[in-house]
Amino acid sequence: MRVLEARNLTSGYGETDILHDVSIKLDEKEIVSIIGPNGAGKSTLLKTIFGILRPSQGVIELQGEEITGLSPDKIVRKGMSYVPQVDNVFPSLTIQENLEMGAFVRTDDYRDRLQEVYALFPLLKERRNQKVGSLSGGQRQMVAMGRALMLDPKVLLLDEPSASLAPLLVEMIFEKIVDINKTGVAIVVVEQNARETLKISDRGYVLAMGRKVFEDTGKAILENKEVGKLYLGG
Amino acid sequence: MAELIVYGIVLGSIIALGAIGLTLVYGILRFANFAHGDLMTAGAFIAFFLVTGLFPWLGIPDTTFGSLSFGWRMALAFPIAMACVAVVSILLDRILYRPLRLKRSGSVILAMSALGASFIIRMIVLILWGADYRLYRPGVLRPAIQLPLEIKIRPDQIFLLLVVLTLVILLYLFLQRTKMGKAMRATSDNMELARVSGIDTERVIIWTWGIGGALAGAGGILYGIDVQLHGGMGWNFLLPLFAATILGGIGNMYGALIGGLVMGVAQQVSTAYLLPTYKPAVAFIVMIVILLVRPQGIFGGRRA
Ligand SMILES: Nc1ncnc2c1ncn2[C@@H]1O[C@H](COP(=O)(O)OP(=O)(O)OP(=O)(O)O)[C@@H](O)[C@H]1O
Ligand SMILES: [Mg+2]
Repeated sequence: MRVLEARNLTSGYGETDILHDVSIKLDEKEIVSIIGPNGAGKSTLLKTIFGILRPSQGVIELQGEEITGLSPDKIVRKGMSYVPQVDNVFPSLTIQENLEMGAFVRTDDYRDRLQEVYALFPLLKERRNQKVGSLSGGQRQMVAMGRALMLDPKVLLLDEPSASLAPLLVEMIFEKIVDINKTGVAIVVVEQNARETLKISDRGYVLAMGRKVFEDTGKAILENKEVGKLYLGG
Repeated sequence: MAELIVYGIVLGSIIALGAIGLTLVYGILRFANFAHGDLMTAGAFIAFFLVTGLFPWLGIPDTTFGSLSFGWRMALAFPIAMACVAVVSILLDRILYRPLRLKRSGSVILAMSALGASFIIRMIVLILWGADYRLYRPGVLRPAIQLPLEIKIRPDQIFLLLVVLTLVILLYLFLQRTKMGKAMRATSDNMELARVSGIDTERVIIWTWGIGGALAGAGGILYGIDVQLHGGMGWNFLLPLFAATILGGIGNMYGALIGGLVMGVAQQVSTAYLLPTYKPAVAFIVMIVILLVRPQGIFGGRRA
């Protein structure tokens, strides 16, 4: 079943279009990656899908319902969460408070959900009363993902979750992404670590200069010599 | 000297009430509200109007509590005036600042509009109450009690400190324990992330102005009880308010509290060596020194 579809998106900042006619789709239970060089428009694509930027053209559908032009706080209530590339935690709040903020729109009892998120990230539970500003990069990334999971989303958008992490932590984050996916969350992940990401992805899109230049299954992209040479650094 | 320090703490706790609101608003909107001092004036005069105008007319008796200089009239007027200033503060944002924000106006335009708002509030007060100093009761009718170390303190001032302490504790509980309080801290940390988390940041902004206004109002009322009222009183508080805010680290509520107390003590103690008319200069010098030496404030916060 299709959970997310963006068709022919053109979008950007102010008058300048960065993204041109990009279409992507995401099915239930999938992990789909978006890769491409710096400045390709990967973050711009996620921001547009999440309603932070308004597309000048194109349509976005979440679980069959059109969400084009809705604001992020409306979209988050419809079952999609987003983890920004930078500044994705509240540093002066504790870990637990960060997670509570992820559940802000919930009016029901979310204690069970909190325990589920802690089960995914046991380290966070241990340190739940610690201020997030004092955590390491890898731990912050876990807080950021945990926050986004509090609403039990159907779709999760991750913008470079492994950026600037040590290799060991990169591996750990990818494991977590797979774990999250196994709980039934479909994931769109933007990454610089293209090869690692493609290994865990069902499908992938290659973006360059604001255009979609290639799409295939993760495995096929990895095996494609030309794409490898052009976009995955040989 | 000990007495000056005590008076400094009294003055400082009033400054703190204003500085906390200033810093809360700055933390969330990155906006220095130059009209904040005049919200204190508004609070003072709304309470004054209720106590000396409306309540006598309504027939509420002129009692006093024990050795305090006021009674039921002020007890009723206090929360009502605080609520009124909260509303004024919220309206100021909705009518003036928010439209400018949405238009992405520059900081100079916002500063000018805040100065304009400040003039308007001050002029309304001056038109309605004139430029004379107003008192609830002359000083001689306000008995003082003698403490050790030759400290003379009026029961009113003890009451004032207790009120400030209560308000600060309530604010602390609000910020630490309630959902809206946590959302306020989150929004202050990162407004964009607050939005993508689904936090209704417009509601957070309204709460922030409301709380900031109510606290400023309380500060003004207390100053009116302790000293006197004047249309320019809040404007004169502006410099110490900013000094306290910067001292404590902009956006840092607990820093603003300490900053306020430090500024109050510094100003009062300076009167032992300087003419009292130099008090604002003391605030100004402290502010300049902090900006030069440690712009992030003593307790950390955003750079000024
Ligand atoms: N807030 C902004 N205002 C204007 N232009 C922007 C803004 N953010 C990004 N851009 C521009 O849009 C283009 C695409 O940026 P984007 O952040 O989407 O790239 P990216 O693929 O995510 O790159 P990276 O791998 O570095 O994160 C770049 O040319 C960038 O300069
Ligand atoms: Mg990016």
